[in-house]
Amino acid sequence: MNEVTKELLKIVSDWDGRFAGAYNVREDGCCAGRVSTEHIKIESKKDKPGLDIRILPGTKGETVSIPACVTHGDENDLVYNDFYVGEGADVTIVAGCGVHTETGEPARHNGIHRFFLEKNSKVKYIEKHIGTGRGAGLRSIDPETEATLGEGAVLEMDTSQIGGVDKTLRKTGAVLGKNARLLIRERILTEKNQTARTEFRVEMNGDGAGTDLISRSVARGDSHQEYRSVIVGNARCTGHSECDAIIAEHGTVDASPELSANNGDAALIHEAAIGKIAGEQILKLRTLGLTEKEAEAKIVEGFLS
Amino acid sequence: MLELKNVSWTAPDGAQIVKDVSFTVPDGRLVVITGPNGGGKTTTAKLIAGIEPPTSGSILLDGRDITGLDVTERAKLGISYAFQQPVRFKGLTVRQLLTLASGGKKLSEDDLCAILGRVGLCARDYIDREVNATLSGGEIKRIEIATVLARHTRLSVFDEPEAGIDLWSFRSLIDVFQEIRKSLNGSLVVISHQERILRIADEIDVISGGVLTDSGSAADVLSRLTSGRPGRVVDGRACVREEALYQ
Repeated sequence: MNEVTKELLKIVSDWDGRFAGAYNVREDGCCAGRVSTEHIKIESKKDKPGLDIRILPGTKGETVSIPACVTHGDENDLVYNDFYVGEGADVTIVAGCGVHTETGEPARHNGIHRFFLEKNSKVKYIEKHIGTGRGAGLRSIDPETEATLGEGAVLEMDTSQIGGVDKTLRKTGAVLGKNARLLIRERILTEKNQTARTEFRVEMNGDGAGTDLISRSVARGDSHQEYRSVIVGNARCTGHSECDAIIAEHGTVDASPELSANNGDAALIHEAAIGKIAGEQILKLRTLGLTEKEAEAKIVEGFLS
Repeated sequence: MLELKNVSWTAPDGAQIVKDVSFTVPDGRLVVITGPNGGGKTTTAKLIAGIEPPTSGSILLDGRDITGLDVTERAKLGISYAFQQPVRFKGLTVRQLLTLASGGKKLSEDDLCAILGRVGLCARDYIDREVNATLSGGEIKRIEIATVLARHTRLSVFDEPEAGIDLWSFRSLIDVFQEIRKSLNGSLVVISHQERILRIADEIDVISGGVLTDSGSAADVLSRLTSGRPGRVVDGRACVREEALYQ
């Protein structure tokens, strides 16, 4: 793998020269390293770019990393990754993505992920996105995620876009069976003229299903963010979505939550709050000795941590 | 030593809230500023911390004129301020806030336990909690006080620590201040109209209608404030000491 990939991996995958467990490193559309383990098998798809990742039933405590890096301009990387998580498995999936350009040409990664979680399986999915490089080319990351959660399955997604990505469209859809749970915690920072759009759609079809969608975003400079969530309750279920956004300078945010209760026992809640950093918060930190700029930086850092 | 010399503050709407107030806070002393609601106590505290600049007059710390210094500059000189209504932060944890308060140095679990223990909180239950709306009024108040204790500064100002908390929390808060009083390392200014807080003071200043109306040793001022006031009796027991003097 090249030096840019190594730098990106340190940021998005906490890579320190090695991965714990199975992994596949995707570099500019090619495989730059792959290891399967006894319980986690990674294979290339036969019909299109991407991977089939099979996690055997009962696999416990293992991690699989599948970072993807675009290291130069004029690259439009499209990948289809399917995760098959066997019954009773309990694993962590780390899926960072970095796009880098030093030229005026665009660098784009479009990762289409499908998750199939079998009965009582549990996945913690960690995803960090970043854009780097001094080139003027547009850095974009457009992830699409579709998850199907079987009975009692739990998918916990922790996603963050920590800077440098000019344009992103994030689509996440999920269908939940009986007693399945989907927890999503998303953090997005945009600045300059960047744009970010998030679309969540969660359908709860089984009794006892539950979802909790939490999005925290900071839009500064002239950036713009859109948040749209749709939670559909077709059974006895609970759903909660929360969109909190800090706007600074000329940043703008649209939030449009939607709840559909199609069952008398569906309990759905939405909360949304958009505003600038409260003056009292800055004042409090200034009484601790921070300057106004330091206080703002700490508040944003904590908000997105 | 902190000195206020002929300090006045006029609100943007023209109302004169603090009028020609002068007093001193000697080193190593606990000074309570009391008086009726709306009398100018909180404004005086904010003038000390630099949150509001005085319209006229001067403020000196150890003889140095700090009137023109802003909040950050005064904080760096060793003035701490606990807000009457503590601010909540989505995302910042108690650990992060106390780390910022202690000047950014990494705090061990033992350090955090020591600070939170002083305000009657069990550290393990709180250090990784966000300082957000899930904390009760009593909890957030204690954490606010803890941020001031973590700074170890020479002058700490507490604006109505009793405000916004229930009686049970207030009773244990008195213990907290008694403990702080015992281990006082610097000067303390507490804005309060609770007699139990006045009783642990060294000196009391009374501000009413924006004017300093009384000042002196706690015993003298308290006797003047309570003279002629009948003790209230509940269930046959006198409970005047828990009454607010000005409520």
